[in-house]
Amino acid sequence: MEIFWFIIVSVVLVMFFILDGYDFGVGIIHLFLAKKDKDKEVIAKSAGLFWDSNEVWLVAAGGMLFMAFPTFYASVFSGFYLPLIIVLWLIVFRAISLEFRSQFNYQMWKDMWDKAFGISSLLLALFFGIALGNIVRGVNLGGVENGVSSYEGHYFFLPLWNSSFSPLTEHPGVIDWFTIIIGLITMVTLAIHGANWIVLKTNSTINHRLKKVVFKLNIILAILTLFSLGIWQVVNSNSLDNFIDKSYLIIFPIIYFTGLIGLFFIKKLKKEIHAFIFSTLLILGGITSSLASMFPVILPSTNTINESLTIYNTATTEYGLSVALNWGIVGFILLFVYMIIQKRLMGGKIDKMDYGH
Amino acid sequence: MEDIIFYDRLQFAFTITFHYIFPQLTMGLSLLIVYFKWKYLRKNIEKYNDAAKFFMKIFAINFTMGVVTGIPMEFQFGTNWAKFSELTGSIIGQTLAMEGMFSFFLESSFLALFIFGEKLMSQKLHFLTGFLVFLGSWASGWFILATNAWMQHPVGYEILENGNFVLDNFSALFSNPWLLPAFLHNQVAAMVTSSFVVASVGAFYILRNKNVEYGKLFLKTGVIFGLVSSVLLAFPTGDWNAKNVAKYQPASFAAMEGIFETEEAGAEIILIGQPNMVEKKLDNKIAVPNILSFLTYQEWGKQIPGMDQFKKEELPDNIPALYYAYHIMVGLGTIFIGVMFLAVFFLWKNKLFNFKPLLWTIMFLFPFPYIANITGWYVAELGRQPYLVYGLLKTSEGVSPTVSSGNTLFTLLGFVGLYMLLGLLFLVLVGKTIHQGPRPQSH
Repeated sequence: MEIFWFIIVSVVLVMFFILDGYDFGVGIIHLFLAKKDKDKEVIAKSAGLFWDSNEVWLVAAGGMLFMAFPTFYASVFSGFYLPLIIVLWLIVFRAISLEFRSQFNYQMWKDMWDKAFGISSLLLALFFGIALGNIVRGVNLGGVENGVSSYEGHYFFLPLWNSSFSPLTEHPGVIDWFTIIIGLITMVTLAIHGANWIVLKTNSTINHRLKKVVFKLNIILAILTLFSLGIWQVVNSNSLDNFIDKSYLIIFPIIYFTGLIGLFFIKKLKKEIHAFIFSTLLILGGITSSLASMFPVILPSTNTINESLTIYNTATTEYGLSVALNWGIVGFILLFVYMIIQKRLMGGKIDKMDYGH
Repeated sequence: MEDIIFYDRLQFAFTITFHYIFPQLTMGLSLLIVYFKWKYLRKNIEKYNDAAKFFMKIFAINFTMGVVTGIPMEFQFGTNWAKFSELTGSIIGQTLAMEGMFSFFLESSFLALFIFGEKLMSQKLHFLTGFLVFLGSWASGWFILATNAWMQHPVGYEILENGNFVLDNFSALFSNPWLLPAFLHNQVAAMVTSSFVVASVGAFYILRNKNVEYGKLFLKTGVIFGLVSSVLLAFPTGDWNAKNVAKYQPASFAAMEGIFETEEAGAEIILIGQPNMVEKKLDNKIAVPNILSFLTYQEWGKQIPGMDQFKKEELPDNIPALYYAYHIMVGLGTIFIGVMFLAVFFLWKNKLFNFKPLLWTIMFLFPFPYIANITGWYVAELGRQPYLVYGLLKTSEGVSPTVSSGNTLFTLLGFVGLYMLLGLLFLVLVGKTIHQGPRPQSH
């Protein structure tokens, strides 16, 4: 049952990163590549129309994590206190910029909010990547100092950084050179994903250029990926053990590399949706591979005194999980219906559509 | 340790107060939008459809604000109240996760369709999307109230050896005797806010002599819904809740009513007075004998325990704040019934649209339901103190064990700054929408 809920929460989280991920990516592309006013307008709209329904997935993931793995939720949310609150501020700020940019029709106003939208999207992508890096690297559970825990073994508190910026010390901070690399990978991935979304949903004049940009970014991504695999071995030497023990888990890295390789052929792809599917595979494969490499651990301990958090020592009781599964199934069926209805009515390019405004 | 609890509570109070400005409007407004759309379907007069679409614009702005200020609420359980989350997540996690699953997805999917999709579907389907938005927003209220009801009156749980509360009976969460009265009271209060806002916009248009046809429609609809919901607010829903407090949280009941000493026979009802916590009495008291006993138990002579009957640690920790919150709520509620009764009376006599003093009053009345709603929630939350889970878990036991007060103050200041900006932009945006009116000339 724990495994079941682990899968459900992961699916919801992956959905969040696929959906809200493209509008973070749209923000990054908007910041660097949108020059003409008409492009800025339509590119911002390709995120603005959808961001709030995408962020609902984050709320859903938060709620489910709270219900199914309360100890994990409590530990991680209080331990990553500062970065999480900063992420919340960025989410609020980014929403403001998307909602307000088109409210007044003069250039200075729009330029100001466009920059705010771009920068907050960029930082969010970076921070979410850093978060993933922290989960993979592990934390000093129990706040161990000289062999003695300062808190209960499943609590911790991380400073934003320590003076060495190194993941190899006893007290790593949130930001170190390892988590920054994972942050950069996330940023590049989401930029690719966002570019593919813009090409899919709009007829902006930079669509043709974006395909070249995706190709170049993909080269960077491939290099970063290989590099990160190397340093991951340094940070956590048994990071590949799971894939050797349970060889079927290798499917997740295969998904990632399918996406990565597929995107090298972006110029030859006939349909725009194919590129978007490949970048979706990147996100799906990237997150699931990270989770699979640790399973059943969900937050490794960097000390030897307190044990790592796993899906088993943080989950609620069998009764709670099974009763939630019942309503969860009903909920997902309903959700699926909404998505089909929405897709049928609002699919296609947004700039061709007349929404009755 | 004292500081950290203070800052954590202040941060939660600030962020939830700011957040609740938005859902109270969207929950009520969604019902009024469904009403306008339904009138349009029946009468086929464009005015009603314009009204539905106009208020959906205002709804959408509020919905966005509700989402962005709501995400921090859910996260704060974990960031600032980690111990509470760890101990009770098995239970309140259920209702919070259900809110995401059954309410937000419904609301956000169909809101987009209602706003952008009118030309893509038939009018009946458009009505249906509006109805589903309404359903989603009320479901959200239901799950939040179910969560809060559990904290006020815990049911269906079991306590494990490690102190964790775990769910033992799922359906008990929803048959909690605290839930239905609290939910209905809350939803009717949301109806009051939105009816008053609709009436206020109407009065504004009439007084400004602009969009007068719409102004009359808004005012008429606003005051009729306003009267009905104001009355329902007091009776039966308010009455029902007060009886629940008297039954399940007698210490809070004594504190909110301001009864310091138990009387021999029937308890008086306090209309005005200031709690004097040193001498343990009310200063400048105006009270009516025996009424409280009658209202609560329908017996004039029934004894009601005062604060002297409880140990200090069982009483709420901020009695004056609780007392004032309760009396402000009740006082405003009484004024609402009076003003709306007058308004409906003049409407019936066909004099409302020309009766300027009343129009001005209605126009400026709209902030007060917000105050009443928020003080109402303060009554619930301050009344539950010193507990997070009534009788079982103290507030001081729920904070995050690893977060220092310096960090909490830092994030509190950040939220204050950011929300000030958000509030300013919100006002500009709503003001602009109201200024443009239901039929903007351009576009």
